[in-house]
Amino acid sequence: MSQNSNAHVSGVAAHQDAEAGLLAALRAGDEQAFITLVRRHHSAMLRLALGYVPSVAIAEEVVQDTWLAVLRGLGGFEGRSTLRTWLLRILVNRARTAGSRERRTIAVPDPEPAVDPTRFDAAGSWASPPERWAQEAHDRLRAAQVAARLRSAMGELPARQREVVMLRDIEGLSSGEVCGVLDISEANQRVLLHRGRSRLRQVVESEFGRA
Amino acid sequence: MLRVLLPRRRDLVCQQAVELVTDYLEGALSRADRRRFEAHLAGCPHCTEYLAQIRATIDLTGRVTPEDLSPRAQDEFIALYWRWQHDRDQS
Repeated sequence: MSQNSNAHVSGVAAHQDAEAGLLAALRAGDEQAFITLVRRHHSAMLRLALGYVPSVAIAEEVVQDTWLAVLRGLGGFEGRSTLRTWLLRILVNRARTAGSRERRTIAVPDPEPAVDPTRFDAAGSWASPPERWAQEAHDRLRAAQVAARLRSAMGELPARQREVVMLRDIEGLSSGEVCGVLDISEANQRVLLHRGRSRLRQVVESEFGRA
Repeated sequence: MLRVLLPRRRDLVCQQAVELVTDYLEGALSRADRRRFEAHLAGCPHCTEYLAQIRATIDLTGRVTPEDLSPRAQDEFIALYWRWQHDRDQS
């Protein structure tokens, strides 16, 4: 990842300049700016909200409420975080509240091994090593199939793991941004990311096993 | 923090290595731990495959396609915007 960091940083800087322009237009009452902003973030927000609430209808309400809060709070937004971090943070708080009735038992941070311990021998070496499928995963047809399975598997992740995996691996936020949106530490974020990805890898492994 | 007690002067075993992949990809391992991890991979095709699988999983996850904003939803947002403007202008 480090070899991409320069490109990533300049990309982020360009994006933030564009966003500053959009924000100014929005504050000046430009309706098109609002639509542009909504288009840019809508799918991410809906996906994120769906991680908390049981239906698309409720998720859309949560997203709408968020946009209202954003419009009302525009005057107070100081730009200390990116616009995206700010609005996703509002969304997450609203979605958590909306979903709190449906929420599963909050996962206590028990140790959760990345791989089933029975796959290792007493010395800690692989006893049932992974079958080779990483190469095959890049084949376009297989990738489309598995992506569909992954989308439903995302729904089965513990909420906090799902949040981090969605924001990092689907929405492409940086680890710093995710910490800002979710109000968690880098270390905490890494643990959740590790566990979420480990579970998803197992899902993909079972998909390829079926072939 | 996921603390894996790494043996000081011994090589990593596979069961430890798989717990380090995220920290490795995040660049969060100390230099010494990163060397130990990479040394393990160099000698272990299984863990090498495991890391490739995690990378593939990240890539596949990233392909979950975004929904487009439908014209109906777009109209709703325009209505929302006008409502907000109206409320703001009233106060």
